[in-house]
Order: sequence, then structure tokens, then C-alpha cells
Amino acid sequence: MLDLFSQLLTDYTLRTVALGAATLGIVGGGLGSYAVLRGQSLLGDAISHAALPGIALAFLITGSKAPLPLMLGAAATGIVATLFIIGVTNTTRVPYDSALALALSAFFGVGLVLLTYLQQHAGAAQAGLDSFLFGQAAALVEHDVVVMAVLGGIALLALLLFWKEFKLLAFDPDFGRSLGFPIRMLDIVLTTLLVVAIVIGLQTVGVVLMSAVIVAPAAAARQWTDRLSVMVALAATFGALSGVSGAVVSGATANLPTGPTIVLCMGTVVIVSLLLAPNRGLLWRWWRQWRTSRRLRQERVLYDLYTLAAKHGAGDRPHEAATLDAMVSGSTRTAYVLRRLAEQGLVAETSDERWHLTDEGLEEARRLADKRNLAPDATIDDA
Amino acid sequence: MPDADPALTVRDLTVAYNEEPVLWDIDWTVPAGTLTGIVGPNGAGKTTLLQAILGIETPAAGQVRIFGQSYEAARDRVGYVPQRGSVDWDFPTDALDVVLMGLYGRLGWIRRPGAEEKEEAHAALEQVGMADYADRQISQLSGGQQQRVFLARALVQEADLYFMDEPLQGVDATTERALFDLLRTLQQRDCTVVAVHHDLQTVPEYFDRVLLLNVRRIASGPVEEVFTEENLRRTYGGRVGFLRKNESPISDSASAPNRKEESRA
Ligand SMILES: Nc1ncnc2c1ncn2[C@@H]1O[C@H](COP(=O)(O)OP(=O)(O)OP(=O)(O)O)[C@@H](O)[C@H]1O
Ligand SMILES: [Mg+2]
Repeated sequence: MLDLFSQLLTDYTLRTVALGAATLGIVGGGLGSYAVLRGQSLLGDAISHAALPGIALAFLITGSKAPLPLMLGAAATGIVATLFIIGVTNTTRVPYDSALALALSAFFGVGLVLLTYLQQHAGAAQAGLDSFLFGQAAALVEHDVVVMAVLGGIALLALLLFWKEFKLLAFDPDFGRSLGFPIRMLDIVLTTLLVVAIVIGLQTVGVVLMSAVIVAPAAAARQWTDRLSVMVALAATFGALSGVSGAVVSGATANLPTGPTIVLCMGTVVIVSLLLAPNRGLLWRWWRQWRTSRRLRQERVLYDLYTLAAKHGAGDRPHEAATLDAMVSGSTRTAYVLRRLAEQGLVAETSDERWHLTDEGLEEARRLADKRNLAPDATIDDA
Repeated sequence: MPDADPALTVRDLTVAYNEEPVLWDIDWTVPAGTLTGIVGPNGAGKTTLLQAILGIETPAAGQVRIFGQSYEAARDRVGYVPQRGSVDWDFPTDALDVVLMGLYGRLGWIRRPGAEEKEEAHAALEQVGMADYADRQISQLSGGQQQRVFLARALVQEADLYFMDEPLQGVDATTERALFDLLRTLQQRDCTVVAVHHDLQTVPEYFDRVLLLNVRRIASGPVEEVFTEENLRRTYGGRVGFLRKNESPISDSASAPNRKEESRA
């Protein structure tokens, strides 16, 4: 594995493939962030599937497999599909998700038919076209990568240039409109940039799984941050790393298609992020919840001892753990909590297994009562 | 310098989303320097009215003038507080950043907000009592705090005419009063404020003028003239579980029938 990555520096083909995969990851992650935030994850899927007939048509017309015509064809049908979805949603009662599904399957179906036709009639030259289904990084040549980088670079540049306008579009389009920004125009531009991000990755990842490149790095990045700029940068980084790893691994392994491998890498990043990210990660949240409830239980017991002390007018008067159990209705873990409090020197146990506050504990309880705005006599309950 | 023109004139405004109009033939004038409330039941078209005025929705017919000009020409003089539910509060941004959006119009294309703008945004957050929450991710704000952030965003717009869609929704009683004092201060600076309001009890106390709306304009004018039992019943249809203080419960025949006409200021 390490060996593979060291080859990156020396092997020309491998380097080309890695650069291509990195480009599509960066652009897909960056623009995908906006798609995810605007609830357009599935639009990416529709666009990429709808690109297939465009690729086939472009080949039929030009007879060449040069990247630019194929990408143009892909973009054309991708945009037509988007317009179809918007048109159907606006003019009929068909809901958005149904329109998406409709466009996706219809365009993809036409694409498959065209592909089959080409396979039977157009001789050997088209043989590579079906690699657009699952992607074939190994077929990337320097020229392809240059085209990808130029188009992707333009898309990213536009994203940076109109950063604040796109943020407004994504967060509060109505307010943006009231400020006089041409929100519909911005929407069209941002969607077009998304189309660019998708078509430049199709040769490497394939139409079937390209939407994962749009969604996965962005979804993973969202877990780690609450800032849009950091999210976009992280998504681009995740996209680049997964792209390179996936392309390199699939390139080095016979019969391992590139698209699925890259998507697997991205999936791993997503899972790790869902579990581990601070604040939003599942494990992180569980751990924090556990810690908080433990602390609150301790405070509760400390406070109960304090109320008892206030009631009896003496802080060091000992009480049985069972009394404290009864105060926190139904809790049976008081003994354990008391022992933990004793470790911190806040309570002490008498020889007859009863508990009382230490001076330190009394101080701490007073501080807590103050902080939480609890006067002891006001909260003595007779549970 | 008070304007000679009314802050807002709406003439024959009709808006339809589908076949049925949600606003029908609205005529309405808001004199400059007033605090005007819009009341009406859910779905009455209050939000739609504001959006049509602000060019967010395209009306089927009608005309809107702001200080005697078209909205495009007068845009810099207008501030907007949308209904809180209209945005995704899980968006990755903080309170200060949201307030800064109020300055995007003035900044124009491409230019980003700088230190000076951040200072302004901080000052606005201070005014609504949210200075301590500037760096807080917006999903971690309570509903009332989110509302105050929206209000701060409108304040940095430094407008002459404000449209606010339920600016006090989900705000506690003390904050509500504080925020209304703020609106009064705006008014004293010769600003005009138009706010959608749901609490009928506080309308007479908070507003000078009121628009009663339910698809059509039921009545509009000074609160003491048009905010009557009779008009409220016509707005909300049937029973209104609300009785104005110091007024006998039902006085159908007593309330003047000709008050539906707008008393133009
Ligand atoms: N985008 C839309 N498409 C279709 N119909 C809509 C749309 N927005 C609002 N409506 C309809 O228009 C009517 C007026 O809606 P509007 O949001 O203006 O009401 P509102 O008075 O602001 O209500 P609320 O007090 O609930 O905020 C409603 O019947 C609503 O269902
Ligand atoms: Mg509304």
C-alpha cells in the first residue's frame, strides 16, 4: 500500500490518474457542499444519470472520444434533465422527488439504449464508452486531466468569487431577493457549476455513483464544523483524499472498477465522521451525555445532602444512603455516586455507613445552589 | 426630514399562487413615521403581502410605491425581517454572520464584509441583547434568540421603512417589551415600521395603525378607529375569543358600519 503511494511520485500513469481523481474530489466536495446544504443531494444523482445519453449522443455526432465534446454532451442532457424537473414541479402537481425519479430513470434508460446501439453498430471505437457506467481511471490521459482541472478550476473560482452571494442564496433566498440580488440567476449559475462538477468526474467515477462524490464528502465535512468556509474546504479535502486513494487502489488491482472504489473510500470517511466528529458525532455525543448525566447525578446527591443539612442545621450530620436514594425518586445508584464524591473529598462516610458533607463539600454545594439559583428551603421535597 | 410621500402605497394588488387569489385587490397606504400592525388569521396572506411588496413574489396585478418610487429605486431604504420558519437554522453559520447578511445589499457584488461591517453587526446584536451570542452556531439559539438575530440583521440595514414578519414570534414577555421599545426608538428616528403581529391583546398598545387582512383588506387606519370588535369578527370570521379591554363584550349594533373604509391619513 505504502509502496503504491510512493509510486505516485515516480509513475507517470499513476500520477495522472491520481491528479484526475484529486481534481474531481476537490470540485465535487466543494460544490457538493452547497448541494447538500440546499437539499439537492438527489438532484446530483439525476444530473449524473441523465448525462449518459448526452455522452452517447456526443459520441454519435462527433465520432470521437475527446473529453471536451463528451463532457459538453453530458452537461447538455444533465441541464435538460434539471430543467425538466423544475418545469414538471412548477407546472404540474407531481412532487419534486417523483419528478427527480422520473427524470433519472427516463434519461438513464435512453442512455442505456443508445449505448447498446453504439456497441452493436459503431464498431470497436466505442468500446470504451461503457466505462462511463462505473468509471475507469486507468483510461485517463494527461489531456483529460488538463480539461478536468481547467473546468473544475473555473467552477471553484466562481464559487469563491460569489461566495457571499451563494451563501445568501443557500441560507435565505427571500431576504436575498429583498436586497435586490437576482436570486433566480444565482440559482441557475450555482446549479450549472454543480453540473460542471459532475461531468468532469464521470469518466473516472461513472454516472451511476457520481452523486456519491457530490454528497459523501460534504455530508462528512458537515459533521466536523459549523462554519461554511471550513465545511467547503474540508469537503474538498475529503474528496481529494478519497479520490486519490480510490483511483490508486483500483488502478493497482485487476478488475476493480474505479467508481465503486472511490465511493467506498468516501463511505469510510462518512462513517468515521458520523461516529467520531466532535459535537455531532454519535460516539462523541454518547460520551458527553454520559459524562453530563454523571456530573448531574453527583451534583444532585451533593445538593440533597446540603438540603438535609440545612433542614437539621448541621452540615456534618450523617445520613444513610437510603435516605438520599429516596430523595432522588427511584434512584438506586446513590451508593456509587457517594463513593465517587468521597474520592473527590466532598463527602465522608462514618463508621456506621452513613454519609455527611465535608467542609469542602458544603462549600461546593453552596456554590452550586447559588449557581443554579436554588435556595435549600425552597426545594425540600417530601418524595 | 419627514417625507411628503407616504412610506408605502399599495394599489389594486392581487396575488395568486394557483388559481385562487390569496390577496385580492388590496389598497393600502402607510404614512411615513408610523408603526403599523398587520393582523389576520393563518393563511390570510400577510406574508404574501410583504413578499409581493418586496418583489419576492410577483403580483398578478397592482402597483407598489415606496416613498413615491418603485421598489427597485427605493430598495436601499427598505429593511426586511422574514418569518423565522422560512430558513434552515441548521445552516453552518453563526449569529454574527447572519447579521452581516443585512449589509450585503450595501456591499454590492463580490465585496466581502470587513472589520468595519463586523463592528456594525456587533453593535446591532448589542441592541437586541444578543452580543454574547455572536459566535454561537445559529441552531444552538432558542427560537426567541433566532428572532432577535433576524431583527439585528434588519437593524444593520439602516432602512427608513421596515417590514417585519412576526418579529415577536416566540419571544418572552420581557424581551417582547424590550424589542418593542426598540421599534419605538426606530420610529423616533423617523423610521416607518410595518409588522405582522398575532397577539391581538397588545395591538392597541404597540401600534399606531393597523391593517386587518384576510385575502381582502378588511380595514386599515388608526388603531382606535378600525381595531373594533366588528372588524375583527369580519377578519377572523365568526367568533373571536378576544374582547378589547374596557369595552362591553358584544356591541354589534353599536360599532359603526362605515369604519371599514380606510381613513386616509
Ligand atoms: N409558495 C406557495 N405556493 C402556494 N400557495 C402558497 C404559497 N405560500 C403561501 N401559499 C398560500 O397562500 C395563502 C397565504 O399564505 P401566507 O403565507 O401569506 O399566510 P400568512 O397570513 O402569512 O399566514 P401565517 O399567519 O400562518 O404566517 C395560504 O393559503 C397559503 O396556503
Ligand atoms: Mg406568514
